[in-house]
Amino acid sequence: MSAADLSPFNSPFAAGTAGPSVRAVKDPFHGDLLEVSMGPQHPSTHGVFRMVVTLDGEIIVKLKPVFGYLHRNHEKIAENTSYLGSMPYTDRLDYLCSMTTNWAYALAVEKLAGQAVPDRAQYLRIIMAELTRLVNHSCLVGFLFNDLGTSFTPLLYAFREREKILDLFESLTGSRMMCNYQRFGGCRVDPTPEWLAAASRLVDNFPRFLDEYETMLTGNEIMLARTQGVGVLDAAKAVNAGITGPCLRASGYNYDVRKVDGYGFYPRFDFRVPLGAHGDTYDRYMMRVLEMRESVKILQQAFRDLPAGPIMDPKSKLRGFRPKAGEAYGRTESPKGELGFFLVSDGSPNPYRYRVRPPTLINLTLLEDMCLGHTIADSVVILGSIDIVLGEVDR
Amino acid sequence: MNSSGLSLLSAHLPVAAAADGLLERLPLTLRDTFVQWFPAPTQWLLHHLISIVGILAIFGLFFAFTTVAERKLLGRLQNRLGPNRAGVPKFSFLPFHLKHKLFGLTQPFADAVKALTKEDIVPAAADKLLHFLAPVLVVAFSLLTFAVLPFGRNLIPVELDAALLYFFAAGSATELTIFMAGWASRNKYSLLSAMRALAQVISYELPLLLSVIPVVLVAGTLSTQEIVVAQGFWTFGLLPHWFIFTPWGAAGFLLFLVAALAESNRSPFDLPEAESELIAGHLTEYSGFKYALFFMAEYFGLTALSGLGVTLFLGGWQAPCAFLQFIPSYLWFMGKLVGMIVFFIWVRGTLLRLRIDQLTRLSWQFLVPLALINLGNAAFWALTGAWSGPLQIVRWAVSAALIVVPFVLMGRSLTRGQAPRTYRYAT
Repeated sequence: MSAADLSPFNSPFAAGTAGPSVRAVKDPFHGDLLEVSMGPQHPSTHGVFRMVVTLDGEIIVKLKPVFGYLHRNHEKIAENTSYLGSMPYTDRLDYLCSMTTNWAYALAVEKLAGQAVPDRAQYLRIIMAELTRLVNHSCLVGFLFNDLGTSFTPLLYAFREREKILDLFESLTGSRMMCNYQRFGGCRVDPTPEWLAAASRLVDNFPRFLDEYETMLTGNEIMLARTQGVGVLDAAKAVNAGITGPCLRASGYNYDVRKVDGYGFYPRFDFRVPLGAHGDTYDRYMMRVLEMRESVKILQQAFRDLPAGPIMDPKSKLRGFRPKAGEAYGRTESPKGELGFFLVSDGSPNPYRYRVRPPTLINLTLLEDMCLGHTIADSVVILGSIDIVLGEVDR
Repeated sequence: MNSSGLSLLSAHLPVAAAADGLLERLPLTLRDTFVQWFPAPTQWLLHHLISIVGILAIFGLFFAFTTVAERKLLGRLQNRLGPNRAGVPKFSFLPFHLKHKLFGLTQPFADAVKALTKEDIVPAAADKLLHFLAPVLVVAFSLLTFAVLPFGRNLIPVELDAALLYFFAAGSATELTIFMAGWASRNKYSLLSAMRALAQVISYELPLLLSVIPVVLVAGTLSTQEIVVAQGFWTFGLLPHWFIFTPWGAAGFLLFLVAALAESNRSPFDLPEAESELIAGHLTEYSGFKYALFFMAEYFGLTALSGLGVTLFLGGWQAPCAFLQFIPSYLWFMGKLVGMIVFFIWVRGTLLRLRIDQLTRLSWQFLVPLALINLGNAAFWALTGAWSGPLQIVRWAVSAALIVVPFVLMGRSLTRGQAPRTYRYAT
């Protein structure tokens, strides 16, 4: 995108590299730089994240992310707990999407122990994962608009849809957000036909919400002016930094673990992966909206094809579970990116090494590159479009 | 009682015309009944004091209920209920039970008690004097503007010849108090907010004034009361001759609305108070009653600007149809005022916030040129006032084209390069 393409609404400093130069700052007549510590208590850092930004007027010349305010020693605790014992802890990693985090962990353990998963459980896992994607993305699009300055209106409509899905989770697992649903070799509870009917009805109605949301907001001129050309992330840089998930695909790079790895029963499903072209905040927002539409398709197929049968592998054992010595890496396409669990077993009931590959921490590493040269108002929006959850960043 | 000295002093005070109805004269009758009990030399002072007390009481209450209305309306816009709990406490000694929730209408009084009883925190590093003065001055300046608004046919607190000049002089001072608050708080968010407030006042004072000047040009006066009188005609007794129903007036009103939103720091121009970026902007270091004073001033400013918009473009206290004139003029004014404020609340619940550079660009590249063109348009309208018959249609068409064509062309350049996109998929 050249400077000529930019409308007068875009910042003259739009490109990430074209921020105020060192020369400008060395100029004796130039004003002082202002260092503002945004966070850990700030309404828009989505938790206890902190950005130390150096401002030239309103333009960001330096941004230093500071993590660790929510560090809970997750990995070390898991190494001192039995395999199943740390399943509830994985709920608390990405507390908006416990279902997918559970699944990623179960996938790693199943690889380690060589366990099979019955068909019905595979389908249920996909249903839960895609419902979670709807939950996460509807949260994201709502919060993004809040960061853009609406006084909560889009957020509360997005939350209405999210609450419906959380109600379903609650009736199934007993908890709205900390579901603790997956087990090694299957799932914990089997949904009743009524639950499946209610979920199917909800999914069928979901596109109506998306249509309404897009009609109201996607074409809004202020929204376009605030997001297009803001926080551009080019594909090469994103790949080098290990960015995954919608943020990477918004830059136009086709990488979706559901397609690449084909874990679970995803190869059986017919869905497409939307790709952006500009890698700006608007593309990152649209990736979420389009992915929600694809998730609806996956869910409809899953409800249609859901087989009967057991939900747990009869050979799996939860007590005295001791996988053979070895190592395994299980990865899933969580709503925020590639979520992986790396486990090393020494034959004891506890993992010898337990490591999480959190997508949001790695996605955050390029925050400074995206924000440089933009205003402080944009930094909040760019951060919102990356979609972070501090439970997962800090672990 | 009419000594010669008093008649000189009270000569400029509005006097109820005998032709007005009983209700129309009611506020003045009440005032005169009250004042006549006092010695003649003090009566002129009492006249003014009563106006001041009346404005403080009525618009104080109006502010209180605007906050409830805003919260309830925003709630409805956002798929929730809004405050509906606060009511009258159930007194057991009363012989009857009050329906004690009252739709949450007593919420502002509960809020006031809360604000008054909260701890007043002044940061150790703050400039104590300015930190204290800012909330006081902001309320004072925003109240000053009420002095020249004609609330009714006979209800104008001070009838100034240069009322509009006075209004803008007093109104623009509120932005300076925001700068004061931001600077005195010694907080970086507040400082950024203060810078934004200054950028905003420099950018938006101009389109606000320029959108008003066409009215002055056509009405030929700076007096708000006379501007309202100039709009008091009807075609066939049904179609009011308000300035909004002319091409230049409609354009001016829209420009005025945008600039008024920016002047009163409301969404989508609430940059000094940008909640998601600067926490609370200049209000970050204010608590308790000082915070409430800022809150109050914001609503007073909004009410005053809405009142000015009603006065200049919506016919002020004039009735929309000639036969509806039996309803007192002050009720028409209040009705239109409420309409404007509901519109502002609606906008707040709908729109996103602009960025500071976009805010200033919108002003200098779009609103100011458009307002200047509209000024020329109004001049054309004033020059062709004698045209009649088929020429009247030409006059309307030319005037409409003069504003619509630049609007479309400049609007296009404003959103150049921005459009919803289509996306490719990988299967």
